[in-house]
Amino acid sequence: MAKLETKIHNIVLKNPVMTASGTFGYGEEFADFMDLSCLGGIIVKGTTGERRQGNPYPRMAETPAGMLNAVGLQNVGVETFCKAVYPRIKDIDTNILVNVSGSSIEEYCYVAEQVDALDNIPGIELNISCPNVKKGGMGFGTDPAMAAQVVKEVRKVYHKTLIVKLTPNVTSIVDIAKAVEQAGADSVSLINTLLGMAIDVERQRPYLSTITGGLSGPCVKPVAVRMVWQVAHAVQIPVVGLGGISCAADALEFLMAGAKAVQVGTANFLDPAVTVKIVDGLQDYCQRHGINDINEIIGII
Amino acid sequence: MKQIADFTIVGREQLGEQYFTLTLQHPDKLGPIAAGQFVEVEVRNCREVMLRRPISIHDVDESKNRLTLLIQIVGKGTRKLSELEVGASLNLIFPLGHGFAVAGERPLLVGGGAGIAPLFHLAKCYKAKGVEPTILLGGRTKALIPVRDAFVEYGRVHYATEDGSLGEQGLVTQHSAFAGEYDHICTCGPTPMMKAVGRYAMEKGMDCEVSLENMMACGIGACLCCVCDTDEGHKCVCKEGPVFDVRKLTKWLEASK
Repeated sequence: MAKLETKIHNIVLKNPVMTASGTFGYGEEFADFMDLSCLGGIIVKGTTGERRQGNPYPRMAETPAGMLNAVGLQNVGVETFCKAVYPRIKDIDTNILVNVSGSSIEEYCYVAEQVDALDNIPGIELNISCPNVKKGGMGFGTDPAMAAQVVKEVRKVYHKTLIVKLTPNVTSIVDIAKAVEQAGADSVSLINTLLGMAIDVERQRPYLSTITGGLSGPCVKPVAVRMVWQVAHAVQIPVVGLGGISCAADALEFLMAGAKAVQVGTANFLDPAVTVKIVDGLQDYCQRHGINDINEIIGII
Repeated sequence: MKQIADFTIVGREQLGEQYFTLTLQHPDKLGPIAAGQFVEVEVRNCREVMLRRPISIHDVDESKNRLTLLIQIVGKGTRKLSELEVGASLNLIFPLGHGFAVAGERPLLVGGGAGIAPLFHLAKCYKAKGVEPTILLGGRTKALIPVRDAFVEYGRVHYATEDGSLGEQGLVTQHSAFAGEYDHICTCGPTPMMKAVGRYAMEKGMDCEVSLENMMACGIGACLCCVCDTDEGHKCVCKEGPVFDVRKLTKWLEASK
């Protein structure tokens, strides 16, 4: 058996496979289909200061090898998360990370502070890249100075591993990555969804109530691999790769491009046990290629 | 408990141009399935289709570990499913969602078009409880009421067609059997029909369950794409529904679309 263990800052992952925020609920939704402790980590859904209803229906459209979503951060809010959700999930034997979202620096800091107090949450993923909210979200992630400012402020109140999730909807994702690294991020994860749009030509109107939404699924993978490769070569902090991963070979592309860990998103909707298959596939690959430790192939490109 | 399994198609019946049924053999034990629950079907070998398709469970044969899906061909995914033949395999996630309560002593089941699908299993569940439901099925024409005679064994069946080709002419809500004495209504079909039935039940203070259909990705409450704007906020049709008590849907009932 090859060693699949990797590390993101202070977080030890039993394998590099995590689940992407917003695609895996709080993990519980998948417990009928798989053993959650097989995962390297679970990033639970984007959590904001207050409960949010998200955008009006319809907020999903299928596109070639992908989908657009405009959920808009529907969630129970950090207080309910801490009181009602956390006790239910805190003993799952994997790393549970919270995706921290907001519309203002104050909100990001408030949520991060609340989550900092939860013993079994070893880190957060700071979401400065959601394309589906009117205020904040991606606005913070498209400008290096703004991105750095949010990270700096959150860094003051958050003491565990701070991963910053980056948007691909920028001219240079490397500039953003460098800015958040300098501001104190322990890691970066990329990519969030690509801003997209689809039109129902029969009805002559957009499919989404919000007109535009975030594109995910296999169609975004080459863009994501390219960005992970660029960022991994430009920063010192560990990179977490995501975007269209649906099998072990996809995950391996990201690892070879320089990601220390990966997240599986949209593929969870198609096969709720896909992550287990990816972990098994990584083990299988290592054995076929005589690799003793998965870290041997990380960043080889 | 939800499961994911490869079924084998053991029966296929074409019902007019738009509808067909697939009877599926589970490889092992099916487990309990409530009326109104649904499955997420994988569509293989179709370039345009990535997501699974949510389909109502039409009939269940627990002794044989089989279930039947009644499918309307509406797009590329269901078109591809219609090309499958007996012997082919089909991957399903099931049983999903929250089904009907199977409540009341004098229930009325109102179905339209593909919405008839879950009402068949529901009628059987009532019959198993010793309750004979009134079943009112509607469609624009006779051909658009895909299943008819099979219902007769499980309740008193009435038809409403807009062109008068079967039963009374008009909408289900205009049918003489609609205004009868009932203590519980279950409805599934086109949204305008369900809203009309739901509003009527609210006026009469009658218990009423509606089975909603929204576009879905995951089917298990993870993606939050299929939400309905209920009186308690956005709820996933896949998880908190598809069957809702109409009293929780007053905003939905009032909305024009």
